[in-house]
Amino acid sequence: MTSATAARGPLGRAETSSEDGRGRRRSVVTYVLVLAIIFVVWEGIKFVGGVPWREPGAAPGSPILWNPPFRWPIANDLKLPHVWTILLSFGEPWQPAVSSENLGQYLFGAALYTWREAAIGFVLGALLGLALATIFVHVRLLERALVPYVIASQTIPIIALAPLIVFAVGQGIFAVVVIATYLTFFPVTIAMIRGLRSVDPRAIELMRSYAASRAEIYWKVRLPASLPYLFTALKISATASIVGAIIGEDTGGIQQGLGRVITTFNQYYATGPEKLWAAIIVASLLGVAFFLVIRAAEIVVLRGRPGAAAG
Amino acid sequence: MTSEQAKSVTDGGPVVRLSGVDKVFSRGGQPVTTALEGIDLTIGRGEFVSLIGPSGCGKSTLLRLIGDLVAPTRGEVIVNGKPADRARRDRDYGMVFQAPVLFEWRTVEDNVKLPLEIMGRSAADRTARAREMLDLVELGEFAKHYPYQLSGGMQQRVAIARALSFEPAILLMDEPFGALDEMTRERMNSEVLRIWERTGTTIVFVTHSIPEAVFLSSRVVVMSARPGRITDVVTIDLPRPRGEATRESPRYFELVTAVREGLRAGGGLETDEPGLASPERTLAEGAVG
Repeated sequence: MTSATAARGPLGRAETSSEDGRGRRRSVVTYVLVLAIIFVVWEGIKFVGGVPWREPGAAPGSPILWNPPFRWPIANDLKLPHVWTILLSFGEPWQPAVSSENLGQYLFGAALYTWREAAIGFVLGALLGLALATIFVHVRLLERALVPYVIASQTIPIIALAPLIVFAVGQGIFAVVVIATYLTFFPVTIAMIRGLRSVDPRAIELMRSYAASRAEIYWKVRLPASLPYLFTALKISATASIVGAIIGEDTGGIQQGLGRVITTFNQYYATGPEKLWAAIIVASLLGVAFFLVIRAAEIVVLRGRPGAAAG
Repeated sequence: MTSEQAKSVTDGGPVVRLSGVDKVFSRGGQPVTTALEGIDLTIGRGEFVSLIGPSGCGKSTLLRLIGDLVAPTRGEVIVNGKPADRARRDRDYGMVFQAPVLFEWRTVEDNVKLPLEIMGRSAADRTARAREMLDLVELGEFAKHYPYQLSGGMQQRVAIARALSFEPAILLMDEPFGALDEMTRERMNSEVLRIWERTGTTIVFVTHSIPEAVFLSSRVVVMSARPGRITDVVTIDLPRPRGEATRESPRYFELVTAVREGLRAGGGLETDEPGLASPERTLAEGAVG
């Protein structure tokens, strides 16, 4: 598919996604390439300075496959498990004495649990941020009075704030949702104050010439104009809500989420370092998946606008 | 409000009347700039009147006074037989700016429908009017396109279609073709005349270009700057319909010269740099915000 066959509008801009398609294929290749580089560097370090390589999961006396020339503390099997050890552990029971549930299933369940808390906090935080921004844009006095406090609130470390929140609302899911909301509303507020004001003043004049009400100006002009800003903030909030949920779970006494999983695997690191790494991988995949969901929504909602495909 | 109703309000009377209008912009209570002083102007129904003058002569402010986007410091502005603010609430006029000011998230068709939505027209009515107006400006096949896919001239035609979609009594145009190249501009001039003859709308047209003002108008109002005053009104008696031949007729050149002399007499021509922002213009836009 060459660009010559792509349909063109009156200004010669591409109207089909054939050129976008090529760009997307290139991105996929780049991602795979970066993963490959990480793999090579990781195993390369163990190749040169790790402990002797054996069959994964084999007994200590089994034959050595490769003996690295150096011994670097950072590259031993405890601190830096082999990539394949980590990947294989997904398929193995994570508590062999207790159940036959494999690590992958367990982590997936925990991730889903955490995601539910994060998603609720995300939605509440987005609505709160939008409401605050709308008020601030229409009532300048409130904006000047309250925005400094909004900003100050975010500079308090969440690790310190989480116990306070749990103390106030009690242990349980509600506390986790509150923490996630707390981390989510700020980017949305700040971005939307900008976004709702980003309208060309002549567009407002135009609406006044139609004798439009302030509400009509808000729904028909300000809000649609602010959507690109909203989605930028939502991408930040998506990942922030997951961080908030994971941190909040431990303080909030939640057993079933990734927060508890990570704490447990951290505690028992010596008996299975690859499990912690696996949990970290799953947590980051969760963040990426949430981000991609927002990105997909952005593409749909912002279709037709110039530059919608970027970012 | 239909054009029938609009006509019946001021049958026989002028559609725009400004008497003794001053506009002073102040900052912090202190008067800073006298944008307009002692403006008396009458515009009849169906006329095509241009306002021309150097940067800072208040022509854009004058246009916005007619449109009730700015209030006069003194004097009265009567539009369609009513005070300007009531005319605005009655949606008696449409406005076209130098930039198209289209909403990038709406298709061309939806952009034209915007005023009709606000005015509560039915969905079927909106679609019919939008189609009709896009055909009028010859952009019917681009109804489902988005603004960014169109050229500047095409976007401006969409803005004109939008301004006329609700059949206003008056069309206010603020240097609508200033951002276009000369050839597109001349083509758009012919377009505007064609639309004017089809719809019979009264047009008040602000421009920097003497040839454009003479080609389009029935009368050219010449203004001077600091403070903004009307120094001359030139009646353009060129026959209609006007076309390429008009631009080459001796009478056309005489009238262009007459307007130029009017500008020079008002002290206009030394500062005549089209497109330069002036303090008055910036204040006018800021004051509206």
